[in-house]
Amino acid sequence: MARSRTAKIFRENLGTNNPVFVQVLGICSTLAVTNVLKNTVVMCLGLVFAVSMTSVTISALRKGIPSQVRMIVELLVAACYVIMIDIVIKAYAPDISKQLGPYVGLIITNCILMGRAEACALTSPPWIAFVDGISSTLGYSYVLMTIAVVRELLGAGTFWGIAVMPAGWVNWSIMVMAPGGFFMLAIFMWIIKKFWLIPAEGGATNA
Amino acid sequence: MPDTLSWFTVLFAAVFTNNILLTNYLGMCPFLGASRELKTATGLGSAVIFVMTTTSALNWVVYYGILQKLGLEHLRFIVFIVVIAAFTQIVEMIIDRVSARLYAALGIFLPLIAVNCAVMGASLFMIIREYTFIQSLAYGFGSGVGWTLAIMAMAGIREKMVRARVPLGLEGAGIALIIAGIMALAFTGFNGMMNIS
Repeated sequence: MARSRTAKIFRENLGTNNPVFVQVLGICSTLAVTNVLKNTVVMCLGLVFAVSMTSVTISALRKGIPSQVRMIVELLVAACYVIMIDIVIKAYAPDISKQLGPYVGLIITNCILMGRAEACALTSPPWIAFVDGISSTLGYSYVLMTIAVVRELLGAGTFWGIAVMPAGWVNWSIMVMAPGGFFMLAIFMWIIKKFWLIPAEGGATNA
Repeated sequence: MPDTLSWFTVLFAAVFTNNILLTNYLGMCPFLGASRELKTATGLGSAVIFVMTTTSALNWVVYYGILQKLGLEHLRFIVFIVVIAAFTQIVEMIIDRVSARLYAALGIFLPLIAVNCAVMGASLFMIIREYTFIQSLAYGFGSGVGWTLAIMAMAGIREKMVRARVPLGLEGAGIALIIAGIMALAFTGFNGMMNIS
Protein backbone atom coordinates (compact mmCIF):
# COMPACT_ATOMS: atom_id res chain seq x y z
CA MET A 1 0.00 0.00 0.00
CA ALA A 2 2.63 2.47 1.08
CA ARG A 3 4.73 1.32 -1.81
CA SER A 4 2.08 1.96 -4.41
CA ARG A 5 1.48 5.42 -2.94
CA THR A 6 5.18 6.19 -3.22
CA ALA A 7 5.18 5.07 -6.83
CA LYS A 8 2.10 7.14 -7.56
CA ILE A 9 3.68 10.30 -6.12
CA PHE A 10 6.78 9.71 -8.22
CA ARG A 11 4.79 9.19 -11.38
CA GLU A 12 2.69 12.30 -10.84
CA ASN A 13 5.50 14.60 -9.91
CA LEU A 14 7.67 13.51 -12.81
CA GLY A 15 4.85 13.63 -15.34
CA THR A 16 1.24 14.71 -15.06
CA ASN A 17 1.79 17.06 -12.12
CA ASN A 18 5.30 18.19 -13.01
CA PRO A 19 6.23 21.39 -11.17
CA VAL A 20 7.64 23.06 -14.27
CA PHE A 21 5.34 22.39 -17.17
CA VAL A 22 2.10 21.74 -15.30
CA GLN A 23 2.25 23.82 -12.14
CA VAL A 24 4.70 26.41 -13.54
CA LEU A 25 6.40 26.86 -10.19
CA GLY A 26 9.88 27.75 -9.12
CA ILE A 27 11.35 28.61 -12.47
CA CYS A 28 12.72 31.88 -11.11
CA SER A 29 15.86 30.92 -9.36
CA THR A 30 17.04 28.15 -11.60
CA LEU A 31 16.18 29.19 -15.13
CA ALA A 32 18.89 31.82 -14.77
CA VAL A 33 21.65 29.23 -14.54
CA THR A 34 20.51 27.01 -17.41
CA ASN A 35 22.95 28.55 -19.88
CA VAL A 36 25.70 26.28 -18.55
CA LEU A 37 24.96 22.61 -17.88
CA LYS A 38 27.46 22.24 -15.05
CA ASN A 39 25.92 25.07 -13.05
CA THR A 40 22.46 23.70 -13.66
CA VAL A 41 23.40 20.29 -12.29
CA VAL A 42 24.91 21.82 -9.15
CA MET A 43 21.89 24.04 -8.68
CA CYS A 44 19.45 21.15 -9.19
CA LEU A 45 21.30 18.95 -6.70
CA GLY A 46 21.11 21.78 -4.20
CA LEU A 47 17.41 22.15 -4.82
CA VAL A 48 16.71 18.42 -4.48
CA PHE A 49 18.52 18.40 -1.15
CA ALA A 50 16.90 21.59 0.15
CA VAL A 51 13.34 20.71 -0.79
CA SER A 52 13.40 17.09 0.36
CA MET A 53 15.06 17.93 3.67
CA THR A 54 12.76 20.89 4.28
CA SER A 55 9.73 18.72 3.56
CA VAL A 56 10.92 16.06 6.01
CA THR A 57 11.64 18.61 8.71
CA ILE A 58 8.36 20.46 8.30
CA SER A 59 6.50 17.17 8.26
CA ALA A 60 8.19 16.02 11.46
CA LEU A 61 7.37 19.32 13.14
CA ARG A 62 3.92 19.71 11.62
CA LYS A 63 1.96 19.12 14.85
CA GLY A 64 3.95 21.77 16.71
CA ILE A 65 3.76 24.59 14.15
CA PRO A 66 0.98 27.12 14.79
CA SER A 67 -0.75 27.83 11.51
CA GLN A 68 -0.35 31.63 11.75
CA VAL A 69 3.42 31.46 11.67
CA ARG A 70 3.86 28.43 9.44
CA MET A 71 5.19 30.44 6.49
CA ILE A 72 8.03 31.92 8.47
CA VAL A 73 8.85 28.55 10.03
CA GLU A 74 9.03 27.02 6.57
CA LEU A 75 11.31 29.79 5.39
CA LEU A 76 13.61 29.45 8.38
CA VAL A 77 13.95 25.69 7.98
CA ALA A 78 14.65 26.12 4.27
CA ALA A 79 17.19 28.85 4.97
CA CYS A 80 19.16 26.54 7.28
CA TYR A 81 19.51 23.89 4.59
CA VAL A 82 20.35 26.45 1.93
CA ILE A 83 23.15 27.85 4.10
CA MET A 84 24.57 24.33 4.32
CA ILE A 85 24.42 23.97 0.54
CA ASP A 86 26.06 27.35 0.06
CA ILE A 87 28.93 26.47 2.38
CA VAL A 88 29.45 23.08 0.69
CA ILE A 89 29.48 24.57 -2.82
CA LYS A 90 31.82 27.34 -1.70
CA ALA A 91 34.22 24.80 -0.21
CA TYR A 92 34.28 22.23 -3.02
CA ALA A 93 33.48 24.25 -6.13
CA PRO A 94 34.44 27.89 -5.53
CA ASP A 95 34.33 28.77 -9.25
CA ILE A 96 30.80 27.50 -9.65
CA SER A 97 29.81 29.23 -6.43
CA LYS A 98 31.01 32.52 -7.88
CA GLN A 99 29.12 31.97 -11.13
CA LEU A 100 25.92 31.00 -9.37
CA GLY A 101 26.12 34.23 -7.37
CA PRO A 102 22.90 34.95 -5.53
CA TYR A 103 20.97 32.08 -7.04
CA VAL A 104 21.94 29.51 -4.41
CA GLY A 105 20.48 31.76 -1.75
CA LEU A 106 17.37 32.17 -3.83
CA ILE A 107 16.54 28.49 -3.40
CA ILE A 108 14.92 29.69 -0.16
CA THR A 109 12.31 31.63 -2.03
CA ASN A 110 11.86 28.98 -4.70
CA CYS A 111 8.14 28.46 -5.06
CA ILE A 112 8.45 24.68 -5.27
CA LEU A 113 9.91 24.57 -1.80
CA MET A 114 7.06 26.59 -0.34
CA GLY A 115 4.49 24.83 -2.49
CA ARG A 116 5.55 21.33 -1.41
CA ALA A 117 5.73 22.38 2.24
CA GLU A 118 2.25 23.89 2.11
CA ALA A 119 0.60 21.27 -0.06
CA CYS A 120 2.14 18.10 1.25
CA ALA A 121 4.51 18.32 4.19
CA LEU A 122 2.03 20.01 6.55
CA THR A 123 -0.44 17.17 6.22
CA SER A 124 1.65 14.07 5.57
CA PRO A 125 4.04 11.84 7.55
CA PRO A 126 7.79 12.42 6.98
CA TRP A 127 8.34 9.54 4.54
CA ILE A 128 5.61 10.66 2.18
CA ALA A 129 6.81 14.25 2.45
CA PHE A 130 10.33 13.14 1.60
CA VAL A 131 9.20 11.18 -1.44
CA ASP A 132 7.07 14.09 -2.54
CA GLY A 133 9.89 16.58 -2.12
CA ILE A 134 12.48 14.50 -3.90
CA SER A 135 10.24 13.47 -6.77
CA SER A 136 8.95 16.95 -7.51
CA THR A 137 12.46 18.36 -7.58
CA LEU A 138 13.69 15.51 -9.77
CA GLY A 139 10.79 16.23 -12.11
CA TYR A 140 11.98 19.80 -12.12
CA SER A 141 15.65 18.93 -12.58
CA TYR A 142 15.26 16.82 -15.70
CA VAL A 143 13.34 19.59 -17.44
CA LEU A 144 15.96 22.17 -16.57
CA MET A 145 18.85 19.91 -17.53
CA THR A 146 17.29 19.30 -20.93
CA ILE A 147 16.96 23.05 -21.39
CA ALA A 148 20.54 23.57 -20.23
CA VAL A 149 21.90 20.98 -22.66
CA VAL A 150 20.19 22.66 -25.60
CA ARG A 151 21.14 26.17 -24.52
CA GLU A 152 24.77 25.31 -23.94
CA LEU A 153 25.02 23.33 -27.16
CA LEU A 154 23.52 26.00 -29.37
CA GLY A 155 24.74 29.01 -27.45
CA ALA A 156 28.34 28.05 -26.80
CA GLY A 157 28.84 24.93 -28.95
CA THR A 158 29.87 22.90 -25.93
CA PHE A 159 28.55 20.05 -23.81
CA TRP A 160 29.70 20.01 -20.17
CA GLY A 161 32.38 22.52 -21.18
CA ILE A 162 33.79 20.34 -24.00
CA ALA A 163 33.50 21.64 -27.55
CA VAL A 164 31.37 19.24 -29.57
CA MET A 165 30.08 21.31 -32.44
CA PRO A 166 31.94 21.04 -35.77
CA ALA A 167 34.50 23.67 -36.69
CA GLY A 168 32.93 26.73 -38.22
CA TRP A 169 29.89 26.51 -35.91
CA VAL A 170 28.51 29.95 -35.21
CA ASN A 171 27.25 30.32 -31.67
CA TRP A 172 23.66 31.39 -31.24
CA SER A 173 24.50 33.97 -28.65
CA ILE A 174 20.80 34.59 -28.02
CA MET A 175 20.58 31.16 -26.42
CA VAL A 176 22.95 31.99 -23.56
CA MET A 177 21.28 35.35 -23.04
CA ALA A 178 18.08 35.85 -21.06
CA PRO A 179 15.54 35.62 -23.92
CA GLY A 180 16.89 32.19 -24.90
CA GLY A 181 15.84 30.80 -21.53
CA PHE A 182 12.30 32.07 -21.92
CA PHE A 183 11.97 30.72 -25.44
CA MET A 184 13.44 27.33 -24.61
CA LEU A 185 11.14 26.81 -21.65
CA ALA A 186 8.12 27.83 -23.71
CA ILE A 187 9.09 25.46 -26.54
CA PHE A 188 9.71 22.63 -24.10
CA MET A 189 6.28 23.15 -22.51
CA TRP A 190 4.65 23.33 -25.90
CA ILE A 191 6.15 20.05 -27.08
CA ILE A 192 5.32 18.23 -23.85
CA LYS A 193 1.75 19.47 -23.76
CA LYS A 194 1.02 18.97 -27.41
CA PHE A 195 2.44 15.51 -27.84
CA TRP A 196 2.00 14.03 -24.41
CA LEU A 197 -0.29 15.72 -21.90
CA ILE A 198 -3.14 16.68 -24.19
CA PRO A 199 -3.31 13.32 -26.03
CA ALA A 200 -3.11 11.57 -22.64
CA GLU A 201 -6.01 13.63 -21.27
CA GLY A 202 -8.04 13.14 -24.42
CA GLY A 203 -7.53 9.40 -24.21
CA ALA A 204 -8.67 9.37 -20.61
CA THR A 205 -11.90 11.25 -21.29
CA ASN A 206 -12.77 9.12 -24.29
CA ALA A 207 -12.33 5.89 -22.43
CA MET B 1 34.70 49.94 -8.92
CA PRO B 2 31.06 50.15 -7.75
CA ASP B 3 31.84 53.38 -5.90
CA THR B 4 32.32 55.10 -9.22
CA LEU B 5 28.75 54.47 -10.31
CA SER B 6 26.39 57.27 -9.45
CA TRP B 7 23.08 56.35 -7.89
CA PHE B 8 21.35 57.45 -11.05
CA THR B 9 23.36 55.02 -13.16
CA VAL B 10 22.45 52.18 -10.83
CA LEU B 11 18.81 53.18 -10.89
CA PHE B 12 18.66 53.40 -14.66
CA ALA B 13 20.50 50.14 -15.13
CA ALA B 14 18.22 48.35 -12.66
CA VAL B 15 15.15 49.45 -14.56
CA PHE B 16 16.32 48.90 -18.13
CA THR B 17 19.60 47.16 -18.87
CA ASN B 18 19.66 44.79 -15.91
CA ASN B 19 15.94 44.35 -15.41
CA ILE B 20 15.60 41.90 -12.55
CA LEU B 21 12.82 39.97 -14.23
CA LEU B 22 13.87 39.95 -17.86
CA THR B 23 17.59 39.40 -17.40
CA ASN B 24 17.75 37.58 -14.07
CA TYR B 25 14.44 35.69 -14.20
CA LEU B 26 13.56 36.74 -10.67
CA GLY B 27 9.96 37.07 -9.59
CA MET B 28 8.68 34.80 -12.34
CA CYS B 29 5.97 33.08 -10.32
CA PRO B 30 3.84 36.15 -9.58
CA PHE B 31 4.81 37.46 -13.03
CA LEU B 32 3.11 34.51 -14.69
CA GLY B 33 0.40 34.07 -12.08
CA ALA B 34 -0.81 37.62 -11.53
CA SER B 35 -0.39 39.17 -14.95
CA ARG B 36 -3.84 38.48 -16.36
CA GLU B 37 -5.32 41.83 -15.32
CA LEU B 38 -3.72 45.22 -15.48
CA LYS B 39 -5.29 46.28 -12.18
CA THR B 40 -3.86 43.41 -10.17
CA ALA B 41 -0.51 43.86 -11.85
CA THR B 42 -0.43 47.55 -10.91
CA GLY B 43 -1.29 46.83 -7.28
CA LEU B 44 1.25 44.07 -6.98
CA GLY B 45 3.84 46.20 -8.73
CA SER B 46 3.47 49.16 -6.40
CA ALA B 47 3.70 46.86 -3.38
CA VAL B 48 6.88 45.35 -4.82
CA ILE B 49 8.46 48.78 -5.42
CA PHE B 50 7.73 49.77 -1.83
CA VAL B 51 8.95 46.52 -0.27
CA MET B 52 12.05 46.22 -2.43
CA THR B 53 13.23 49.76 -1.73
CA THR B 54 12.74 49.49 2.01
CA THR B 55 14.05 45.95 2.47
CA SER B 56 17.15 46.67 0.39
CA ALA B 57 17.91 49.57 2.71
CA LEU B 58 17.09 47.56 5.85
CA ASN B 59 19.15 44.59 4.75
CA TRP B 60 22.07 46.83 3.87
CA VAL B 61 22.04 48.27 7.39
CA VAL B 62 21.68 44.82 8.95
CA TYR B 63 24.43 43.28 6.83
CA TYR B 64 27.07 45.97 7.24
CA GLY B 65 25.98 47.14 10.67
CA ILE B 66 25.53 43.79 12.41
CA LEU B 67 26.48 40.71 10.43
CA GLN B 68 29.80 41.94 9.12
CA LYS B 69 30.90 43.31 12.48
CA LEU B 70 30.19 39.96 14.12
CA GLY B 71 31.72 37.96 11.26
CA LEU B 72 28.45 36.19 10.57
CA GLU B 73 28.17 36.89 6.83
CA HIS B 74 27.21 33.28 6.08
CA LEU B 75 23.98 33.79 8.03
CA ARG B 76 22.81 36.44 5.60
CA PHE B 77 20.26 34.20 3.84
CA ILE B 78 18.39 33.46 7.01
CA VAL B 79 18.63 37.03 8.31
CA PHE B 80 17.50 38.61 5.04
CA ILE B 81 14.48 36.37 4.72
CA VAL B 82 13.48 37.09 8.31
CA VAL B 83 13.84 40.83 7.76
CA ILE B 84 11.75 40.65 4.58
CA ALA B 85 9.06 38.43 6.09
CA ALA B 86 8.83 40.42 9.31
CA PHE B 87 8.75 43.73 7.46
CA THR B 88 5.96 42.70 5.10
CA GLN B 89 3.98 41.30 8.01
CA ILE B 90 4.30 44.50 10.05
CA VAL B 91 3.48 46.77 7.14
CA GLU B 92 0.45 44.64 6.32
CA MET B 93 -0.83 45.04 9.87
CA ILE B 94 -0.21 48.80 9.87
CA ILE B 95 -1.95 49.31 6.53
CA ASP B 96 -4.86 47.19 7.70
CA ARG B 97 -5.37 49.53 10.67
CA VAL B 98 -4.74 52.80 8.92
CA SER B 99 -6.58 52.64 5.64
CA ALA B 100 -9.04 50.12 4.26
CA ARG B 101 -8.63 51.49 0.76
CA LEU B 102 -4.87 51.22 0.81
CA TYR B 103 -5.20 47.74 2.23
CA ALA B 104 -7.41 46.62 -0.61
CA ALA B 105 -5.04 48.13 -3.15
CA LEU B 106 -1.71 47.15 -1.63
CA GLY B 107 -2.04 45.21 1.63
CA ILE B 108 -3.39 41.98 0.25
CA PHE B 109 -0.31 41.59 -1.91
CA LEU B 110 2.19 41.96 0.91
CA PRO B 111 2.19 38.35 2.20
CA LEU B 112 2.74 37.15 -1.37
CA ILE B 113 5.72 39.40 -1.72
CA ALA B 114 7.51 37.90 1.27
CA VAL B 115 8.29 34.88 -0.87
CA ASN B 116 8.91 36.79 -4.08
CA CYS B 117 12.39 35.83 -5.20
CA ALA B 118 12.94 39.25 -6.73
CA VAL B 119 12.87 40.94 -3.32
CA MET B 120 15.39 38.52 -1.86
CA GLY B 121 17.37 38.67 -5.10
CA ALA B 122 17.69 42.45 -4.95
CA SER B 123 19.12 42.20 -1.43
CA LEU B 124 21.59 39.50 -2.43
CA PHE B 125 22.73 41.29 -5.59
CA MET B 126 23.35 44.49 -3.68
CA ILE B 127 25.67 42.62 -1.29
CA ILE B 128 27.49 40.77 -4.06
CA ARG B 129 28.01 43.94 -6.07
CA GLU B 130 29.17 45.77 -2.95
CA TYR B 131 26.87 48.75 -3.34
CA THR B 132 27.00 51.70 -0.99
CA PHE B 133 23.87 52.60 0.94
CA ILE B 134 22.67 55.15 -1.60
CA GLN B 135 23.38 52.78 -4.49
CA SER B 136 21.47 50.01 -2.70
CA LEU B 137 18.50 52.29 -2.22
CA ALA B 138 18.61 53.21 -5.91
CA TYR B 139 19.04 49.56 -6.89
CA GLY B 140 16.12 48.39 -4.75
CA PHE B 141 13.85 51.11 -6.08
CA GLY B 142 15.01 50.62 -9.67
CA SER B 143 14.54 46.87 -9.55
CA GLY B 144 11.04 47.35 -8.22
CA VAL B 145 10.21 49.81 -10.98
CA GLY B 146 11.73 47.49 -13.59
CA TRP B 147 9.72 44.54 -12.33
CA THR B 148 6.54 46.60 -12.28
CA LEU B 149 7.21 47.86 -15.79
CA ALA B 150 7.59 44.29 -17.01
CA ILE B 151 4.50 42.90 -15.27
CA MET B 152 2.33 45.83 -16.37
CA ALA B 153 3.44 45.48 -19.98
CA MET B 154 2.76 41.77 -19.72
CA ALA B 155 -0.70 42.29 -18.23
CA GLY B 156 -1.54 44.80 -20.93
CA ILE B 157 -0.53 42.34 -23.63
CA ARG B 158 -2.33 39.43 -21.99
CA GLU B 159 -5.58 41.39 -21.68
CA LYS B 160 -5.53 41.78 -25.47
CA MET B 161 -4.46 38.18 -25.92
CA VAL B 162 -7.82 36.92 -24.70
CA ARG B 163 -9.16 37.25 -28.21
CA ALA B 164 -6.12 35.81 -29.95
CA ARG B 165 -5.97 32.20 -31.07
CA VAL B 166 -3.07 30.48 -29.38
CA PRO B 167 -1.73 27.19 -30.78
CA LEU B 168 -2.86 24.08 -28.93
CA GLY B 169 -0.62 23.30 -26.00
CA LEU B 170 0.82 26.78 -25.78
CA GLU B 171 -2.05 28.43 -23.87
CA GLY B 172 -1.43 30.01 -20.49
CA ALA B 173 2.13 29.85 -19.27
CA GLY B 174 3.63 28.85 -22.61
CA ILE B 175 2.53 31.91 -24.51
CA ALA B 176 3.33 34.10 -21.50
CA LEU B 177 6.91 32.85 -21.58
CA ILE B 178 7.18 33.58 -25.29
CA ILE B 179 5.91 37.11 -24.69
CA ALA B 180 8.42 37.47 -21.85
CA GLY B 181 11.15 36.26 -24.19
CA ILE B 182 10.25 38.84 -26.81
CA MET B 183 10.14 41.53 -24.12
CA ALA B 184 13.55 40.41 -22.87
CA LEU B 185 14.81 40.62 -26.42
CA ALA B 186 13.52 44.18 -26.67
CA PHE B 187 15.18 45.07 -23.36
CA THR B 188 18.54 43.76 -24.54
CA GLY B 189 18.42 46.73 -26.90
CA PHE B 190 19.23 48.90 -23.88
CA ASN B 191 22.42 46.96 -23.26
CA GLY B 192 24.46 49.23 -25.49
CA MET B 193 23.77 52.16 -23.18
CA MET B 194 25.39 50.78 -20.04
CA ASN B 195 26.07 47.58 -18.20
CA ILE B 196 26.62 47.14 -14.49
CA SER B 197 26.92 43.42 -13.96
